[in-house]
Amino acid sequence: MLSASLTLAALAVILAWPVPVLLARAHWPSRSPGVALLLWQAIALAGGLSMIGSLVTFGLIPFSNGLLSGLADLPPLVFSGALPAGAGLIHLFALSSAALLLAHLLLNLGVTVTRTERQRRRHRSLVDLLSTPLLGQPGTLILDSPAPVAYCLPGARTVTVLSEGLVSLLDSDQLDAVIAHERAHLRQQHHILLVAFESWRSALPWFPIATRAQVAVSLLVEMLADDQSRRLTDSTTLAEAIALVGSAETQNIVRRGPASMSVVDAPAYAVRADKVGTATEFGEDLQHDVRFATSVDPVVVRVRRLLHPELQLSLPARTGILCLAALLLALPALLLLTA
Amino acid sequence: MATLGDLERSIMERLWQSDAPVSAAELRDDLEHKTSAGKDLALTTMLTVLSRLERKGFVARDRKVRPHLYFAVTTRADHTAELLAQVLGAEPDREAALARFVGQVSPQEADTLRQLLEKRAGSVGASAAPRPLPAAQAD
Repeated sequence: MLSASLTLAALAVILAWPVPVLLARAHWPSRSPGVALLLWQAIALAGGLSMIGSLVTFGLIPFSNGLLSGLADLPPLVFSGALPAGAGLIHLFALSSAALLLAHLLLNLGVTVTRTERQRRRHRSLVDLLSTPLLGQPGTLILDSPAPVAYCLPGARTVTVLSEGLVSLLDSDQLDAVIAHERAHLRQQHHILLVAFESWRSALPWFPIATRAQVAVSLLVEMLADDQSRRLTDSTTLAEAIALVGSAETQNIVRRGPASMSVVDAPAYAVRADKVGTATEFGEDLQHDVRFATSVDPVVVRVRRLLHPELQLSLPARTGILCLAALLLALPALLLLTA
Repeated sequence: MATLGDLERSIMERLWQSDAPVSAAELRDDLEHKTSAGKDLALTTMLTVLSRLERKGFVARDRKVRPHLYFAVTTRADHTAELLAQVLGAEPDREAALARFVGQVSPQEADTLRQLLEKRAGSVGASAAPRPLPAAQAD
């Protein structure tokens, strides 16, 4: 069991640091976002499993020869208070750490899900009062606001919200592209993945890796929705829609400023203008083209990807990555079962 | 056809316009006169919808008088601001409550996007009508 425990610990370290760093830097995920998304999930699950598994197998060494029989024997031993010979503090420490880590991760998931659900309900009741249904487009609401925004609300009754500002900014093809993009989010249930990775990140804030995974996953999800959308319209129309919305929104705030906003939207814009202000501190003197070519900003990355489409990964490459993902999950599971 | 949502919206529009608190019966009469949403409304329906709105935090009532008088908790503009703050504050790397089409964009990134659009408009302009540029929307 010691060897299994050490192997699991090594796997946990590899999955927590070098692997996510390499994957976050890689270029291929933008060619096959769906495959990359599966790989991220495998890394997160296998990483968590190895972390907890290595602690459990180590802690159980004095108790038994195997993980399963060890776990079965543990409760009566704990309640009777009689510990087997060789069970030191370090083993008990490992076992309680495993239990605490597991509880921490699960509780955090629960809290994140509940908080998100509450925010969604509050938002939904606001939207219901402040918007009107779009004729001929079931599940689409038009929000009475000059700010050009589009978003979707997942949940029991999913809905896509477009603002009047957005409708006047885009032509009808571009609007179709936006709606198709949002529908893809809803149809493919992206919010479940986003909540899971958000909870992973808030549970392990001192883990730069969880943050990286969250950022990568949210961009990949956008790329997947973009891919669905361009199947219905075309890449250029969608790219224009993204660029128009992305540049118009900031323009409203930076060029005109919150002071000249209508009273209705001033508070919201003020919040946003503060945030935008802090982002101006870097990259001032870079050339636009250089920045465009090297940008890691998700919006620019999406537009560039749509304007210069690349072939998706070859079938063997995709199969290979999927096998790798399956192997990543199978490895800690096998180590635990045979330990 | 008046759904519950339509009725909630009409009631709120009426309360947002109103200067003084109103009773449920007054509200019903107003809605019957002014909108199709209020046709054949039972007073109990009005009271149900009003307490739903109260639970959601949009409506409050003065309980010291009989019948109770209802009023909007805050203005429509305040609610719009709250909603927009939720939308604009919802970044993919922070909250997952809703998924925005385009997230936070810094001024530099917006410039990059604008240049890209101008470049495209320039190349498309020869063959087709140029698309509206954000610069045209500035005023």
